[in-house]
Amino acid sequence: MMAPLMNLKETELCLGLPGGAEAMESSAKSCIGNKRGFSETVDLKLNLHSNKQGPVDLNVAGAPKEKTLIKDPAKPPAKAQVVGWPPVRNYRKNVMANQKNSETEEAMSGGGGGAFVKVSMDGAPYLRKVDLKMYKSYKDLSDALAKMFSSFTMGSYGAQGMIDFMNESKVMDLLNSSEYVQSYEDKDGDWMLVGDVPWPMFVESCKRLRLMKGSEAIGLAPRAMEKRKNRS
Amino acid sequence: MREDNLEMSENVERYLQLDPRSAAISQPPSSSSSAAAFVSPANKSRNCNSPCPDHVLENVLENVLQFLTSKCDRNAVSLVCKSWWRVEAQTRFEVFIGNCYSLSPDRLTHRFKRVRSLVLKGKPRFADFNLMPPNWGAQFAPWVAATAKAYPWLEKVHLKRMFVTDDDLALLAESFPGFKELTLVCCEGFGTSGIAIVANKCRQLKVLDLIESEVTDGEVDWISCFPEGETQLKSLSFDCVDSSINFKALEGLVVRSPFLEKLRTNRFVSLDELHRLMVRAPQLTSLGTGSFSPEDVSQGEQEPDYAAAFRACKSLVCLSGFKEFTPEYLPAISPVCANLTSLNFSYANISPDMLKPIIRNCHNIRVFWALDSICDEGLQAVAATCKELRELRVFPFDPREDSEGPISEVGFQAISEGCRKLESILYFCQRMTNGALTAMSENCPDLTVFRLCIMGRHRPDHVTGKPMDEGFGAIVKNCKKLTRLAVSGLLTDEAFSYIGEYGKLIRTLTVGFAGDSDMALRYVLEGCPKLQKLEIRDSPFGDVGLRSGMHRYYNMRFLWMSSCTLSRGGCRDVAHDLSNVVVEVFGSDDDDDDDFTRDYVETLYMYRSLDGPRKDAPKFVTIL
Repeated sequence: MMAPLMNLKETELCLGLPGGAEAMESSAKSCIGNKRGFSETVDLKLNLHSNKQGPVDLNVAGAPKEKTLIKDPAKPPAKAQVVGWPPVRNYRKNVMANQKNSETEEAMSGGGGGAFVKVSMDGAPYLRKVDLKMYKSYKDLSDALAKMFSSFTMGSYGAQGMIDFMNESKVMDLLNSSEYVQSYEDKDGDWMLVGDVPWPMFVESCKRLRLMKGSEAIGLAPRAMEKRKNRS
Repeated sequence: MREDNLEMSENVERYLQLDPRSAAISQPPSSSSSAAAFVSPANKSRNCNSPCPDHVLENVLENVLQFLTSKCDRNAVSLVCKSWWRVEAQTRFEVFIGNCYSLSPDRLTHRFKRVRSLVLKGKPRFADFNLMPPNWGAQFAPWVAATAKAYPWLEKVHLKRMFVTDDDLALLAESFPGFKELTLVCCEGFGTSGIAIVANKCRQLKVLDLIESEVTDGEVDWISCFPEGETQLKSLSFDCVDSSINFKALEGLVVRSPFLEKLRTNRFVSLDELHRLMVRAPQLTSLGTGSFSPEDVSQGEQEPDYAAAFRACKSLVCLSGFKEFTPEYLPAISPVCANLTSLNFSYANISPDMLKPIIRNCHNIRVFWALDSICDEGLQAVAATCKELRELRVFPFDPREDSEGPISEVGFQAISEGCRKLESILYFCQRMTNGALTAMSENCPDLTVFRLCIMGRHRPDHVTGKPMDEGFGAIVKNCKKLTRLAVSGLLTDEAFSYIGEYGKLIRTLTVGFAGDSDMALRYVLEGCPKLQKLEIRDSPFGDVGLRSGMHRYYNMRFLWMSSCTLSRGGCRDVAHDLSNVVVEVFGSDDDDDDDFTRDYVETLYMYRSLDGPRKDAPKFVTIL
């Protein structure tokens, strides 16, 4: 079982531009001059959630969701972004989005309308839907998903908040465990591990999300790497 | 911008349902031997030489009924007897259908023979918030096909939340030579090609209003498709057409439209272009300003005198637009402020400092829409000046659940104290208190529409930490004219017991993330006799709650419940027991999900219908 992953070093999944070896080495955490703004995707903090654990993990630096917690003493931690709430019509949202676009001269989420994808979790009896355009980073999404399915614990994503592909043994632990892992179906219909591409690219290509057990996700990792190689 | 008063009257089918006699009346009058206990014997002898007494009566009636325009009155008249039903049907020129699936187009054309104006509403309101998969229905096609044959003199069509194609618009343009008014609100499915055809073929066109609709860019220069020569145009609204237009053609059109009163441009019309239009149409009463930014700041040339253009529009009472505005130019509207009765800033990120100098002069404002960027401070300024305010809508600049929320109960209370004539309010905020709601209920007794959206779900009173029950209780208790209510925040069943106890005139109720148990639903269904539209999402109401309304559903336009705790079996039982009610069940997506339990009902949408389940339901909809 270890064999396919022994070559991880060679076909290393990294978050830098292809051939950008220096960017990789100097820790992908530096975002200065990095066109894709990987700081968002890389500098993620862990968010382990279940109702029992409560707000503890949100005390990690930079988590804005903390504030909303304090305002809700009567109920469990603030809920994740839900479809159609607050009830503002798409027309209005699009108008505002267009304005912000023309201000920054940069399409944040490629045009109006939401990027709604179904989220399923192995073992849960219902589906949820999320609008990927409501989130700015993998971390935001991670938080939201964790809260949405808070009765299940998410796989431990390590200090970066997502799978640290560089650390072989960590990946192995994760994939072998019964913890849950985020996977998504991309435009080509392939199931990939979430986190392998920059956030904006992910929003464009993700069609569906599935939270699957780590042990089941093993088959995804090599395919994901293969695809990544082909992309660059 | 202003919702029509059409909501106030009951619609056609309601009266057809209520009265047991009407079951017979609703059949098209066929032969004299039909179930007509009301046909007098005299009618049967049509061979008499002198006019029968009933014929005389019918003639008189016909003349009298021409003066009756209210739908309520007309519906009542039609129930008197068969002869009155017939005459009323012949003299009803305006038909309002609140749910396009409550009857078939054939039924409409059989009963009413001389319709000149048709208002049709399609999808339920929660479809606006992505709670309904696309392609659910509400197609205009069957209606335009039926009316094209039956009503050659149709003049007016007003559609809301319908699916309209370019072909439909083409058929409309070709079928009705005297067509005068087309209004499409929150519609989709058509594009600039369809609009071009209407512009070109409807030579009597007075009104072309496209409001908050999704219009595909067919890359057609539709403005140029209006015919040459003087037009009859009174109102042209295209601010939702999100593609550039031929400005020269627009300018030419405005010049040859002497009757033009309302013009709402889109964001592709710059401020200097707007200036040119205003100079050519100083008679305008309503103006949608487009972007409100100059095309480019030309250094050498002199900038147009925008304020002068506004000053010249002495009849201007309604301003909207400002979709990409440049703050420096905002003061240009000052000359018209004193005359304004309606001001819509809700697409403009206006700060309190930008607002204050302007609102200071708006003494006559009755309708004000804005973003919460004006902050509590801006609302206080409104409260200080706008004593005639009837309708206030404050939308969130950042429409996310955990956004900052620059307005709160402070602005809300200020409004209640300053604007005592308030009738309608829509308010998005992150913080609210029961005290502020109570204050408004006492200060503004004329409230008919109260919609509060506390964006963070389940938020309690942020000062006391208690649920918002008492605040909403005060609203329903003290605002005795309340017909529409939308609740939010942390609410227990208690709030609903108040609604049921005091909300005797409520027709529309919107509930989200509220209540503790089925009792809440029961309070409402048993307590609110006028309830027509009930839309609920993400609340713990199940089959028991659903059944508590069995006696009511015939008298309601619809019930929507999504992400509650309904079971398929429970919904099926309801469908089984209510024969004239269509029960639709669907998920939030248009796929078939086999891996998930089929017993959980994600969305229930049920409505009364005279003609049974619709035949155009897509695969993902199950009609029980």
